[in-house]
Amino acid sequence: MCALCGVLGGSDHWTEAASRPGLGSPATSAAARRGERMRRVQAANRILSFYRLHLADWQGTTYILSTATGKSELVDNLSHLWSVAEQLTGRLCDPLDPALLNWLESGA
Amino acid sequence: MSQQIPQFTPVNLITGFLGSGKTTLLNRLLVDPHLADTAVLINEFGEVGLDHHLLERIDEHTVLLQSGCLCCTIRGELAEAIRDLHSRRERGAVPPFRRLAIESTGLADPFPVLTTIHAEPVIKHHFRMSNVITTIDAVNGARHLERYSESVKQLAAADRVVLTKTDIADPAEAARLAERIRAINPTALLLRAAEDALNAELLLAGDAYDLAGKSKAAQIWFAAELREAEEDHCHSAHGASDPNRHGKDIEAFALTFDTQLDWISFGVWLTMVLNRHGEKILRVKGILQIAGQETPVAVHGVQHLVHPPVHLRSWPDADRRSRLVFIVQGLNRREIERSLATFLGVRARRAEPVA
Repeated sequence: MCALCGVLGGSDHWTEAASRPGLGSPATSAAARRGERMRRVQAANRILSFYRLHLADWQGTTYILSTATGKSELVDNLSHLWSVAEQLTGRLCDPLDPALLNWLESGA
Repeated sequence: MSQQIPQFTPVNLITGFLGSGKTTLLNRLLVDPHLADTAVLINEFGEVGLDHHLLERIDEHTVLLQSGCLCCTIRGELAEAIRDLHSRRERGAVPPFRRLAIESTGLADPFPVLTTIHAEPVIKHHFRMSNVITTIDAVNGARHLERYSESVKQLAAADRVVLTKTDIADPAEAARLAERIRAINPTALLLRAAEDALNAELLLAGDAYDLAGKSKAAQIWFAAELREAEEDHCHSAHGASDPNRHGKDIEAFALTFDTQLDWISFGVWLTMVLNRHGEKILRVKGILQIAGQETPVAVHGVQHLVHPPVHLRSWPDADRRSRLVFIVQGLNRREIERSLATFLGVRARRAEPVA
């Protein structure tokens, strides 16, 4: 378990890395890192709901990505998330897609 | 581990097309006392290890990679060579080097080397990527950039570009090439091998990781080049130069944001963009004003790889805006701008140059 953040394993993905002085995510305390993780799930869900997908934290160690019908996959980090999302939906998750951007701009 | 050995040994990659002067540059740098404690890994390309024979400093620091091209066949060997060096240093079998320089083959895309340093389970705990130095020769460089995607990738990945053979090239041609280099990679420091005093510290040190403590390093790393990018980039990308000659739709541009950015949303956005378009994003480099943080965060990515973000102790200059430079191939600036702004709920703007 990582003594710094209270999370088993400890990720070194760039969005959540906190392993070296001066490097890593802006959150440094354990509570801040847990809070950040929750906000990361929320922010991802805002986008994922366009694809009818839902992300949940699992014990602070991994994430579970599910479809509306309950098909689920574990994902390690945000980079992993999008390729799994594409596999689950059979669609390309393109952040430049005007349909997605219009939907986000409409305040969904 | 000896006190002298840094916790993470910086690794410099010297890349550049065939015959562009990598070894000459390395030879020139290796006599610099700053590099006395640098281990050098060179790649022996082809049957005759010419690079090896040209290199003066061949001793126990040097490991020759015996087979072919770094990009496809040697990644495992490169990892092995670095692990072996590390192991010998730990045992005291080689002097305790504090920096590692790797000279890649002319045909290699630098990306696999970067990922080897970044992701190999042993290496990533002992080494970190420092600057990528790309040599481009003033005589043939323009042709290489036009014809070979490797050459473009080498340039896009560069933190320092050394324009070589300017003494034997037509000055007008060299100036045009320099302009083109700036257009493709406005964030790299451009030096001329024949005219500029090249020293090891300028080329090898002052990387993104040094930014945490030194605002001067941050200025060098970022500020000046970026302003130029903001000022003249759109012309060079859309106007003055012919897009076909410019080389496969390559465009560099800077986005600036006046407001604070949400780090989490930025992470969601960048990972999603890199998942879908990583091949086309040759480079992302930026300094961000993050909501809830007093000091800025520097981000830095090459293709699919994003380095851990670096927290700067202070802003490099009076400008407090978030600035992001992209070097893309076949992607539209407006689409990226709109997407980022929508994801982050902010508006990007063309920044005026700061005096």
